[in-house]
Amino acid sequence: MKYIDEFQDPALARRLLDEIHATVTRPWALMEVCGGQTHTIIRHGIDQLLPDQVELIHGPGCPVCVTPLEVIDKALEIASRPGVIFCSFGDMLRVPGTGRDLFRVRSEGGDVRVVYSPLDALTIARQNPDREVVFFGIGFETTAPPNAMTVHQAKKLGIRNFSLLVSHVRVPPAIEAIMLSPSCRVQGFLAAGHVCSVMGVAEYPELAARHRVPIVVTGFEPLDILEGVRRTVRQLERGEHTVENAYARAVRPEGNPAALAMLADVFEVTDRAWRGIGVIPGSGWRLADRYREFDAEHRFQVTGITTQEPAECRSGEVLQGLLKPNECAAFGTVCTPRTPLGATMVSSEGACAAYYLYRRLDLQAAPAAPTTPLEASPVG
Amino acid sequence: MCLAVPGRVLDIAERDGTRMATVDFGGVQKEVCLEYLPDLRVGEYAIVHVGFALQRLDEESAKQTLELFAELGMLQEEFGDPWELAAGPDEGAGE
Ligand code: SF4
Repeated sequence: MKYIDEFQDPALARRLLDEIHATVTRPWALMEVCGGQTHTIIRHGIDQLLPDQVELIHGPGCPVCVTPLEVIDKALEIASRPGVIFCSFGDMLRVPGTGRDLFRVRSEGGDVRVVYSPLDALTIARQNPDREVVFFGIGFETTAPPNAMTVHQAKKLGIRNFSLLVSHVRVPPAIEAIMLSPSCRVQGFLAAGHVCSVMGVAEYPELAARHRVPIVVTGFEPLDILEGVRRTVRQLERGEHTVENAYARAVRPEGNPAALAMLADVFEVTDRAWRGIGVIPGSGWRLADRYREFDAEHRFQVTGITTQEPAECRSGEVLQGLLKPNECAAFGTVCTPRTPLGATMVSSEGACAAYYLYRRLDLQAAPAAPTTPLEASPVG
Repeated sequence: MCLAVPGRVLDIAERDGTRMATVDFGGVQKEVCLEYLPDLRVGEYAIVHVGFALQRLDEESAKQTLELFAELGMLQEEFGDPWELAAGPDEGAGE
């Protein structure tokens, strides 16, 4: 398909790889922030094709993975109530809460529905005026504008039986938290391209300068990742630390002004707990006061929740780039996508799931055996 | 779920006061809200996420990027195989 196939071209990938090999002289550790990028990297074996000196550390950019356990438990509680239709994106279904998941709630009689878009949930609310329809509004800056628009529409059209369970997260405060961590090894960031399609790049120059760390806005196809790595390594080798846009076809410096205006109207910045990581100041959005009546937490007053994470799960370390998924003892044995202990094994963007899908057999057969899966991989 | 993919606008219509489009993703078609890209036109490509067009895909810069990639390594080709250079001790460094 246009603008996908071209950016998977093996011959051009080879050129980019050659250039990276020719540029690098020292070891560098880069973090790809977004779980979608982690997925591309593992699926195509890009980390194995890079020079040994370039290490890719997988970042916390999987919205499903970082949604706090407490919010998942609130979702489960609301979804279990009679009269509620609980709508969610599909990859939340198997995210483990304390003892159960949305899938289980549905099998126990809860009306849980998977939607493609938050607007679909609004349609369900209009078709079921005697039911309470709740949409599970999670995600990064990419998903926040669609959810903001949906709440805005609900208010405009006077759809009062609709509400949003909000747990939005923002990337720049997470980058800040990673850089401030004493165990931080990250020397350069591949920033999440689609987040920047919405937000632009204005939030990053100050971060790059203060932490003396290059930040390169990067896309999601194999060539995009390689170009992000090439530019980051080039900066590191030259001792530079600026913001570059390696995804110009989808990222304007100013972002999407209409989406930014809607975000400013509907949401306000708040502290947010990240699952496995803890509270990161200013790292989330909640509904602004003028939209409070559409806030599911306010409407349903869920209280008395006590959460408990499974002790074996080390997804917090995985999300912070301190541990590779296959280094967790439960990986692939007790913990699989069908029986996940942590959200990182569930989501299509979770690092544990990516390793399980694409690397499990390699890991068992021959650790770190180099392959050239770029040539072999099917077009996605 | 954070995945956003490029799609091509097939037609545009107003529905319930909202600007909507039918967008083609390599054969799969979806209804997509255009409120964030109101000037998107039929035939153009956009990055679409959970039913919303979030940013126009710029064909010109896509082409430029691919051309840049194609030009990469021309210099190395003049001077030998970078894989060999990279593998050798202390060689292949620098640009
Ligand atoms: S493999 Fe499973 S148990 Fe281990 S960190 Fe990942 S999600 Fe948690």
